[in-house]
Amino acid sequence: MTELSKSGAAVGEPTPASPAPTSFLEVRDLKVHFPTDDGLVKSVDGLSFQLEKGKTLGIVGESGSGKSVTSLGIMGLHTAGQYGKRKAQISGEIWLDGTELLSADPDHVRKLRGREMAMIFQDPLSALHPYYTIGQQIVEAYRIHHDVDKKTAKRRAVEMLDRVGIPQPDKRVDSYPHEFSGGMRQRAMIAMSLVNNPELLIADEPTTALDVTVQAQILDLIRDLQKEFGSAVIVITHDLGVVAELADDILVMYGGRCVERGSAEEVFYEPRHPYTWGLLGSMPRLDRDQQERLIPVKGSPPSLINIPSGCAFNPRCPYADLPKDNVTRTVRPELSEVGSRHWAACHLGKEQRERIWTEEIAPKL
Amino acid sequence: MTTQRTSGRRKQALAAAAAVAALLTTAACGGGDDNKGSSTGAAGFDAANNKVAQASAVKKGGTLKFGSAQDADSWDTTRGYYGMMWNFARYYSRQLVTNKTEPGKAGAELTPDLATGLAKVTDGGKTYTYTLRDGVTWEDGKPITSKDIKYGIERVWATDVLSGGPPYLMQVLDPKGEYKGPYKDTSADKLGLKAIQTPDDKTIVFKLPQANSDFEEMLGLVSASPVRQDMDTKAKYQLHPFSSGPYKFESYSPGKDLTLVRNTSWKQASDPVRKAYPDKITVQFFSDANQLDQRLLNGDLDLDLTQTGMSPQGRTTALKQHKANLDNPVSGYIRYAVFPQSVKPFDNINCRKAVILGADHVSLQTARGGPIAGGDIGTNMLPPSVAGAEGQKYDPYELAGADKNGNVAKAKEALKACGQPNGFKTTIAVRNNKPVEVATAQSLQASLKKIGINVEIDQFDGSQTAGIIGSPSNVAKKGYGIIIMGWGPDFPSVQGFGLPLWDSKYIQQSGNNNYGLIKDKAIDGLFDSYVTTLDDSGKTKIATEINHKVMEGAYYLPFTFEKFINWRSDNLANVYTTDGYSGQYDFVNLGLKNPKK
Amino acid sequence: MLAYLIRRLFAAAVMLVVIVMVVFSIFFLFPKWAGVDIALSFVGKQADPAAVEAVRQKLGLGDPIYAQVWEFFKGIFAGRTYSGGGDTIHCAAPCFGYSFRSEQAVWPVLTDRFPVTLSLALGAALLWLVFGVAAGVLSALKRGSLWDRGAMVVALAGVSLPIYFTGMLSLAIFAFGLHWIDAQYVPLEESFSGWFGAMILPWITLAFLYAAMYARITRATMLEILGEDYIRTARAKGLKETTVIGKHAMRSTMTPILTMLGMDLGALIGGAILTESTFNLPGLGRAVLDAIRNQDLPIIVGVTLITSLAVLVANLVVDILYAVIDPRVRLT
Repeated sequence: MTELSKSGAAVGEPTPASPAPTSFLEVRDLKVHFPTDDGLVKSVDGLSFQLEKGKTLGIVGESGSGKSVTSLGIMGLHTAGQYGKRKAQISGEIWLDGTELLSADPDHVRKLRGREMAMIFQDPLSALHPYYTIGQQIVEAYRIHHDVDKKTAKRRAVEMLDRVGIPQPDKRVDSYPHEFSGGMRQRAMIAMSLVNNPELLIADEPTTALDVTVQAQILDLIRDLQKEFGSAVIVITHDLGVVAELADDILVMYGGRCVERGSAEEVFYEPRHPYTWGLLGSMPRLDRDQQERLIPVKGSPPSLINIPSGCAFNPRCPYADLPKDNVTRTVRPELSEVGSRHWAACHLGKEQRERIWTEEIAPKL
Repeated sequence: MTTQRTSGRRKQALAAAAAVAALLTTAACGGGDDNKGSSTGAAGFDAANNKVAQASAVKKGGTLKFGSAQDADSWDTTRGYYGMMWNFARYYSRQLVTNKTEPGKAGAELTPDLATGLAKVTDGGKTYTYTLRDGVTWEDGKPITSKDIKYGIERVWATDVLSGGPPYLMQVLDPKGEYKGPYKDTSADKLGLKAIQTPDDKTIVFKLPQANSDFEEMLGLVSASPVRQDMDTKAKYQLHPFSSGPYKFESYSPGKDLTLVRNTSWKQASDPVRKAYPDKITVQFFSDANQLDQRLLNGDLDLDLTQTGMSPQGRTTALKQHKANLDNPVSGYIRYAVFPQSVKPFDNINCRKAVILGADHVSLQTARGGPIAGGDIGTNMLPPSVAGAEGQKYDPYELAGADKNGNVAKAKEALKACGQPNGFKTTIAVRNNKPVEVATAQSLQASLKKIGINVEIDQFDGSQTAGIIGSPSNVAKKGYGIIIMGWGPDFPSVQGFGLPLWDSKYIQQSGNNNYGLIKDKAIDGLFDSYVTTLDDSGKTKIATEINHKVMEGAYYLPFTFEKFINWRSDNLANVYTTDGYSGQYDFVNLGLKNPKK
Repeated sequence: MLAYLIRRLFAAAVMLVVIVMVVFSIFFLFPKWAGVDIALSFVGKQADPAAVEAVRQKLGLGDPIYAQVWEFFKGIFAGRTYSGGGDTIHCAAPCFGYSFRSEQAVWPVLTDRFPVTLSLALGAALLWLVFGVAAGVLSALKRGSLWDRGAMVVALAGVSLPIYFTGMLSLAIFAFGLHWIDAQYVPLEESFSGWFGAMILPWITLAFLYAAMYARITRATMLEILGEDYIRTARAKGLKETTVIGKHAMRSTMTPILTMLGMDLGALIGGAILTESTFNLPGLGRAVLDAIRNQDLPIIVGVTLITSLAVLVANLVVDILYAVIDPRVRLT
């Protein structure tokens, strides 16, 4: 494991030791730490995953689990705009289509942003500039990466708006964000993200700010567009329902680390981590009786400055005392294979977990 | 209006001003020409006080630069009442007679100007006859006639259109107020004032209903200047008076600037008084006295138009570093406290005396600015420049002598005699816009406390003086037992100084100046005999007598015979103070040493 | 938009009438309550009751206030005729009356003084906008750096030091100490260099105060804007940092700045009294200062009217500008 340098100028410093990966996107041992007056905030603390083109990865976790930081880290937005503030310390490797981004020239990464990798944000109202029309903003996004005149760019914008299902796109292109409804704004945001046919699309809580009915439309849209463009998609959400609809793979984050990872089916139907169980338990489901109470995960997310020793989840885990020798509080569990393409980081025995899942958890869901 | 940002800073500003003063002191003189004064030759401290400095250095030409923190009340010869205006008006106006252009006392004497000689006085002092000089002209070259002089004097009567200005000529020539002024004059030539006759263009005869021994002094005031009827723009005349003197108005923007240029029609031969050295005279107006002083110190300006002394900050710097540029003349003003007899217990002379005796006169002098900037301790009520004045030699209460720090024992005796052995309470009225006067009030308050007189200080709006302390009923209502004021002579005689202050006839319901409400038959009688006494020695004797009567009545507590610090630039030549204008420099014959500067 | 403008202008007109009423009332009523007589202060040392009465008549101090205000506004649009003392004067529109003291017509005084104040305000505004905003942006981008701390200390000094102090200090150093400039005001039409030389210190002094305020506001606003989601979006698009700051962040930062600028300019037209008197600039501020000292009502009313108008117009312009900058704002 590469040590973080104290200066914090971690970008590009650790030379990738391992050879270039074969996956389209591969994140290896990503760490994003923020020095603050109170101490080092370890937002992401050793995260690894791969993603292929045409596939969707869902990153799930509570707020503060490090999922958004991961996405910004991939986009390289942690280092851009860190004026005067103490810079984020990033280490690990992020390979995108054969290029390692953390050690690459920041200007090169900037050129990749928007063209190779694009992002959809949670709240399209605040993520769009209030003083520019939707069209102007899409045109700008297009013209950074394409040497075309404004007319062509605008045609492209209208085309994109049409594609994401905005009615009368040739008129709406001249509207301001505040003149759109929430769902339409998110569609416009998606249009802007996809205007350059990015190979990687990161959707950070794309539906959280929207009405339930609109949520489904937007998710459908993302799925359809992904099929059409064949991009790799990362969907970041706290809502397992969202990833259930979209994702091929699911990565559950807790305390800046991955606690469970696997195919969507595996993680959904055979989860092997108590935290994932908790998430499933707290998931609202339309097929369930309205009266039935959601079971939230007890306790609150861990402080990222003082991450509990041992398993980060131990203070909230109902099974923390089961393993012997207090190991949950002293030793940090590593990911271990629990099924085909399915990993979880838990001290509980494999059989023990299978038993708890089938006997205690699954029946209640 | 949204001006708070600036106006809210005023208090800070005043505090900051003090801090800046210190910086200015060094900065203003840190430019490397510390010795500017001596190299071009400042005349020396008091070099122009009652004597002529740099008389031989004067050269013709150049621009004489005045600066002023205040515009004149009016530049209309009829309306101006400020001393500086009278002094300055001689540049563009002439009178039958005027003050001599000589330093000190001689400057208060009259000399013929438009007239060939001083008045031929006949008919027991009731008829004054003058003959006009040849070659006297207006700025358009037309001759100045006796009718122009009459018309100019008549304008004094038009008080509704032309407010302000001294009322003496009206009071003496038309005591019953029969004439209504030229604008309401029904006669064809608008020259209906009977008291003045103009038998021909060169002769003017004044027929006084009653004699007044100071009448010729009144003709020496600028309000007796000629005004040509076809050039009379009435109320607007002050924006561009038509010149009879060596200079004429080129431009005037009130409160901003004033420029006089040579009147080419004026001939030196026709004028025995004016020398007209500079080619041009400019006045630049300031809102801030400190700014003006800075410009004076910096050599940008030659002198202060108002001639009332520098601001405390400028004065301090000047005294330290440019003493050779300063004079310290007597201003003619007396600063004093006066006791309205309508407010008990000041109806009792002994209570008035108690205050006079109990006051600390050195402390009052210090509050006025000390012996240099404030003046000598005042011991009586006749300014030193006025005929009949004795200065500190007459000191009935030993204010500058043994009791200059106050005499508690004597004061308490007086209180006993007044029937107030334990003292009493009263109020001092003082103008709020005069910090120095407020300081004297505080000094008085402190020393009177020692004899059991407790005073409250009431600061009133200084711009409303005439309505507040000028109204005897208001004074009585407010219980102003002590009023702090100052007064200077309109012309250097006891009449020109004291008549409105001490004569019972001058007590008015508003705009009163006889604050003490003096109703002394003896004083009234002395004024009556003064105006009919024609010989100078007789006049002087009466003046002295009036002064004594006023002091014996204990109506006043004089603080100082005022002195001030006056600045003259290195470049100023033929400069001297004159008693004719209360210790001001005589403007009309100022010149420059280096006209190119 | 047109309806909005008409409504605003109408409101402004009503406002001006109210302001004039208030000025008249303050001038006439307060002394009356305090028991003082304005006419007396015009007459001179030895006031004769008849003369006082004549002055009262001439100045129109006897008429009811509403009548005076009515005459005043009539004069502005239709001119008015003054008569009294056997004299009749016609004052053509726009007649703002005649100065009580100098008998000048007020309108030419205003037109004479206005350019001075305007050139002071505009010149200073240009300086403070350029330097204040630049300093603020730099401080925001280098937050916590030596530059940022230094700039903010200077800005704090600028905000808290009174004009009187900085003005006199700059005069002391540059005009009286180093003799670099002649502090004497010269009109622009007479000599550009003379005008520029006389204006440069007032500009800098005034701009120092305002630049300090603008730097602080710019810095705070910029920092706030930089945290906005749409700035992150701009970066996510792959925009260069200069574009992100210069275009996306600046556009939003300028909104409050422009609002302030409009207000400040409007206020400065009437409120540069301290600067004008410190540097002896013959502008409106000094005119009104002298007028207040001299109890010269017509000048006071005239300047008040002009400056109120300036503030109202500035407000209107700001509001319109706001709508132009920010599409979310509608003028209704």
